[in-house]
Amino acid sequence: MLISVLSGKGGTGKTTIAVNLAVLLGNSSYVDCDVEEPNGHIFLKPHFSQRKRVDTMIPAISEDKCTGCGKCADFCYFNALAVVKKKVILFPEICHGCGGCILACPHHAVTESKKYIGRIETGRRGNVQCVRGVLEIGQPVGVPIIREMKNGINGSSLTILDCPPGSSCAVVNSIQGTDYALLVTEPTNFGLHDLKIAVQLISKLGIPGGVVINRSGEDDVLIEEYCSMEGIPLLGKIPFEREIAEIYSRGDLLVDYPKYRKYFKEIAQKLGGVINDETACDNQR
Amino acid sequence: MKQLVIISGKGGTGKTTIAASFSWLAQNASVADCDVEAPNLHMLIEGREVLREDFSGARVAVIDSGKCTKCGLCAEACRFDAIRDFAVDGLGCEGCGACRVACPNGAVTMKDEITGWNFVSEYGGRIFSHAKLDIGADGSGKLVTRVRKRALEHDKRDELVVIDGSPGIGCTVIASITGCDAALLVTEPTRSGLEDLIRALSTCDHFGIKAYVCINKYDLNAIMCSEIENYCTERGYEIAGRIPYDTGVLEALKDMKPVVLYKGSPAAGAIKEMYRRVMNLLGE
Repeated sequence: MLISVLSGKGGTGKTTIAVNLAVLLGNSSYVDCDVEEPNGHIFLKPHFSQRKRVDTMIPAISEDKCTGCGKCADFCYFNALAVVKKKVILFPEICHGCGGCILACPHHAVTESKKYIGRIETGRRGNVQCVRGVLEIGQPVGVPIIREMKNGINGSSLTILDCPPGSSCAVVNSIQGTDYALLVTEPTNFGLHDLKIAVQLISKLGIPGGVVINRSGEDDVLIEEYCSMEGIPLLGKIPFEREIAEIYSRGDLLVDYPKYRKYFKEIAQKLGGVINDETACDNQR
Repeated sequence: MKQLVIISGKGGTGKTTIAASFSWLAQNASVADCDVEAPNLHMLIEGREVLREDFSGARVAVIDSGKCTKCGLCAEACRFDAIRDFAVDGLGCEGCGACRVACPNGAVTMKDEITGWNFVSEYGGRIFSHAKLDIGADGSGKLVTRVRKRALEHDKRDELVVIDGSPGIGCTVIASITGCDAALLVTEPTRSGLEDLIRALSTCDHFGIKAYVCINKYDLNAIMCSEIENYCTERGYEIAGRIPYDTGVLEALKDMKPVVLYKGSPAAGAIKEMYRRVMNLLGE
C-alpha cells in the first residue's frame, strides 16, 4: 500500500502528517520525495546506515572522432550542447541525460559519462524504515532521484511518500503509482486555491484521495464546502495551536503527545476506512 | 533596474506575505509571481489584464501507428520509460526526441505542448506579471523565465522588480534567482526552517546571488532563532529583518490584503523596517 502526501502549496504540513502517521502506524516505510528540501529526518531522527549516489548520464565527446558537424546540438531540445568553431560545448546542468545525441551523431563521437546529482539515504527508526533523497546544490532536476527511490519500494508493506510542493514533474513522479493521496491543506484562500490544483493533479492521474485540514479553526468551512461539493472525503483535522507550532519547531513528533496523538489516530482510522472502500470498489470493477 | 527575489527553501514561511507587502510599499516596483506551480499573488493584486499568452514549454512524442512496425527501438532509446506498447505516456515523456532519432521508419514526430499560460496586468501604473503552469506539466523553469522577461519588457519605470519565488532549490528557483541583484530568504525559527535555509543560501552562493535573511515568526522558538542568527552572522549573511508572530498576518490573509495596511500590527511594523533596510542594501 502506497500513500502519497501532497498539498500544492508549500508549508501546509505535509511532513508533519507524513512522519506522525508513519510512526503511529508502525511497520511502515517513510520515503521523503521532497529531494530539494527533505525534512522528514528532522522528526524521525533515523540512523542512516546506507548511502547510495545517484548519477545521470551526460555526453562525452571524443575529439578525434568529432567533425564539428553540429548534429548533436541540432538534436538537443534542451540546448545542453552547442557547437562553436567546430568544437562541442556541453552545459551539463541542463542536460536531461536522454542519450539522443549518441544516436544523432553520424560519426560515433558521443559516448557517456556520469554526472552526480544527489544521493539516497536509508535508515531506521524503530519499526519505521526511513528513506530520503537529497538533491545536490545547483542541480535543477531531482526526478531521477525520486524514480530511483521509488524503484526500491517494497509494495507489500505500508509506505508513506512525502511529496514536494507544487504541481510539476517532481510531484507527478512522486505520486505516480501510489494507491491513495492524502491532501494536506489549511483553511485559507491560498490553501484552498492550491488544494484545487492538487485535486486536479490526482484526478488526472486517477488516484483517489482525501483531505486533512491543518491549522484548523473557525474558517474550516472554506475547505469543507469544497470537499463536499467535489465529493472528497475529509479525513481529519489538526488544530491551529501555538504549542503545535512550537513542538514542530523543535523537530519533535506530535504523536509523542497524548493530546495530539488522537488527531492522528482519527486520520489513520478514516484513512483505513476509505482505503478499504476503494479496494472493494476496485475488486468489483 | 534592480531585481529582488523572495525565496525560502521551505514552503509556507511567508514569502507571499512579504512579497505582497513589499509590492505595496514599493510604489514604483513591478511584481512578478514566479511560483508558477502554485501561484497566489494574483489573489491579492487586482489589475487590468493587458497580455494573455499560451506558453509552450515542452513537447511530446507522437507515434503514427500507420508507419509503426512495432520494432521497439523507440522504447529501447527512451530513458524515461515513457513508451509502452508502442504508445507514448505524455506525463512521462520529457520531449527529448531520442525516440524520433531511433525510429527507422519515421513514425515518431514531436508535438509542441501548451504547458501553461502567462499574464501581464497593469495596476496603478505598475506591472504585474504572473503565470499558471498546467497541472503536472514540465518546463516550469522556462515559464518562470518567461514571467520575468515579460515583467522587464512591460515595466516602464525601470526601478525595481519584486519577484515572488517558489519553494525548493531546483529549476524554478534557479530560474527565479539567476541575474537578480539580491535574494531575500524568508525562514522561520524551526529545525526544518534552518536546514532548508542552509540549502537555499548554498544555492544563492552557487549562482553568485547576494542573499539577505528574514526570520519570520522569530519569537516562536528563541533557541532556534538564535541558532539561525548565529549561522548567518558567522558566515556573513545579512539579517534583514525579524518579523514577530502576529495574528494580524492571518487576518490580512483572510481579508486578502497586504499586512502592511494594518495599523498597529507588529508584523506590519517589522516588515516596513525590513523593507527600508533591504532597499538601502540594494542601493549600496
